[in-house]
Amino acid sequence: MSDRLVDFLLLRDYTTRWALLGTVSLGIAAGVVGAFMLLRKRSLVGDVVSHAALPGVAIAFLVMEVRAAGGGRWLPGLLVGAAAAGFAGVLSATFIRRFTRLKEDATLAVVLGVFYGVGVSLFSIAERITSGMGAIEDFTLGAVHSIVAGDVALIAGAALLVLLTCGALFKEFTLLCFDPEFAATRGWPVGMLDVGLMGLVVAVAVIGLQSVGLLLMVAMLITPAAAARFWTDDIRRMALIAALLGGLGAFCGVFASHLVPKLSAGATIVLAGSSLFAVSLLFGTRRGVAWRMLEHRRLARRIAREHLLRACYEALEAERGGAFANKPAAFADHPLPIERIVELREWTRRQLERKLFAAEREELSRRDAQRRWMLTKAGAVAAAQAVRNHRLWELYLIHYADIAPSHVDRDADRIEHVLGPEIVAELERQLVEREPRLAAIPASPHEIEAAAADR
Amino acid sequence: MTPPAPFPAPEHPRTAPLSIHDMTVAYARRPVLWDIDYDAPPGKLIALIGPNGSGKTTLLKAVLDLVATVSGTVRFFGEAYKTARGRVGYVPQRGSVDWDFPVSALDVVAMGLYRKIGWCRPVARRHKEQAREALARVGMRDYARRQISQLSGGQQQRVFLARALAQEADLYLMDEPFAGVDASTERAIVALLQDLRAAGKTAIVVHHDLQTVTEYFDEVILLNMRLIAAGPVDEAFTTENLRKTYGGKLALLDEVGHKMTLSEGEPR
Repeated sequence: MSDRLVDFLLLRDYTTRWALLGTVSLGIAAGVVGAFMLLRKRSLVGDVVSHAALPGVAIAFLVMEVRAAGGGRWLPGLLVGAAAAGFAGVLSATFIRRFTRLKEDATLAVVLGVFYGVGVSLFSIAERITSGMGAIEDFTLGAVHSIVAGDVALIAGAALLVLLTCGALFKEFTLLCFDPEFAATRGWPVGMLDVGLMGLVVAVAVIGLQSVGLLLMVAMLITPAAAARFWTDDIRRMALIAALLGGLGAFCGVFASHLVPKLSAGATIVLAGSSLFAVSLLFGTRRGVAWRMLEHRRLARRIAREHLLRACYEALEAERGGAFANKPAAFADHPLPIERIVELREWTRRQLERKLFAAEREELSRRDAQRRWMLTKAGAVAAAQAVRNHRLWELYLIHYADIAPSHVDRDADRIEHVLGPEIVAELERQLVEREPRLAAIPASPHEIEAAAADR
Repeated sequence: MTPPAPFPAPEHPRTAPLSIHDMTVAYARRPVLWDIDYDAPPGKLIALIGPNGSGKTTLLKAVLDLVATVSGTVRFFGEAYKTARGRVGYVPQRGSVDWDFPVSALDVVAMGLYRKIGWCRPVARRHKEQAREALARVGMRDYARRQISQLSGGQQQRVFLARALAQEADLYLMDEPFAGVDASTERAIVALLQDLRAAGKTAIVVHHDLQTVTEYFDEVILLNMRLIAAGPVDEAFTTENLRKTYGGKLALLDEVGHKMTLSEGEPR
């Protein structure tokens, strides 16, 4: 085993070296093209292309075999056949969708079936009239170790061409995927761009036929792109990460198939890619499951903290009345009326204590020498802010909500973001009118305007 | 002065930012817009109103060549759309794209400049600066680097407006920019429209809130598969025309009528 490992890492074995070079460059190109296909919401087109390529391979083989017996296995010829048929496949899907009322998924399913069926039939005919066409499995499941030096030049060259095209048309493809209608109004030839993108898919699928095979080609295209989406919110980085993951998946896959003889490299490449996808799904920084859970907990904690602070503030306010009117800071360092808070809220004493301990860790609350709970200065200010937001919000709901429920953006967390300065000022006026002793609380920081003025 | 032109009359006045002649649009053989004839006056804010399914969006898409027309001609500033597209800015409905797309607000606004940048060239620093200025005009400068899914609905709408602004057009076609936006966005859009008018630009805005038509707009187009009426708000925005446009929805009409009687007598 360790000999094989060393062989692999030093690329001593010719077969492995070429297999590795070929599949890694394929993986990189497929990752980038796949990113655009994913964003164009045409993930399954890759599947149609690779299946539709099969009859092309068979026809090319037959034609070449007729011209010169035994010449049917010439790879460039087969790939040209595959490309032509794959392209014909997507074009027919496009036409059917355009001129009938069939939906995209149905047209793709029909085209895939027809082309693949024809391909399988042609293969059996080819096998009957000639010998040595090679098994159909080589194209359906891939045969990485049949890649030779000459093939690699072809694969790497095609991959490079695909990458260069993606680089040159990056902004055009981005616009196409994001808003094709707007692109059309600005005079971009949307149809041509789509055909160009399809062409890239065809190129990738065709060079992938030999290594991963047509059945798993779609995974090679889409899995790295889907995984990359979990790491970034930027299309440039997404394409880059998809390329890296595609290349890495190919590398690991070939490696695994090298370590375990007779394991099809096409399958291990896809499995390696899927593992990378699983890792991204769980731990991706943008929307990975782990991060989302963490964020959810953080939000829950913030809401709990605000509830606590508001309860403290309101209890103190009720207890002291106007005694410390107009000075939020005065709410600090006063023993909290625990009984009253418990009464006000439906919390048990234990729950309240636990919340207060949590707040203590954030230095919003503290205990004095007699172990009485009180708010710190920071706690009092935060509490005043929370109360103010809450009251303005309630006022808004009472006075305006029936007029304009759609005019509210609940995502914002400060009331000023939600309603804009004029409405906030109006609400503040009303709040003061209704409860003059609360006048100080809405001492609006108006941070946004201040920040904007500084700039 | 030249005598009144004999038949055929000059079809498309060159001064009109948008001139539609005899346009009919059909989906699957069912006409959705019949014989639309309309000349937009320059330098005005024009509301395009009508009930759901009356063809407001289709009208915009048809003049922009996004939807095939069955008959009729359309001119922008006297030219076909193909040659005039630089002068026409389009703000589609916010719901027409996937806001989960991995681009920033600045990226989206820069898309309005892509045509100017040209094929295969990257977005240069000065283009980004232009895009940033367009964002500033809708009060979104601080959100340039925000990923678009993290913007609120109103902010997304403003990004769309900024994309059209970046293009520096003379006529803006906006599809429901006020739909589902927060109050501050509504104010920002109104202010922007007034800026555009002050700069001599024209805006045709699909609008759904009849209550604000008189306040925000100079002109109105009432559409319900046919053009019911078009012209200055105080002439065309009448209860009679609204009744023709909105048919049986009387409660709504009464409300508007009531509001209009109230506002009568007040200087506009």
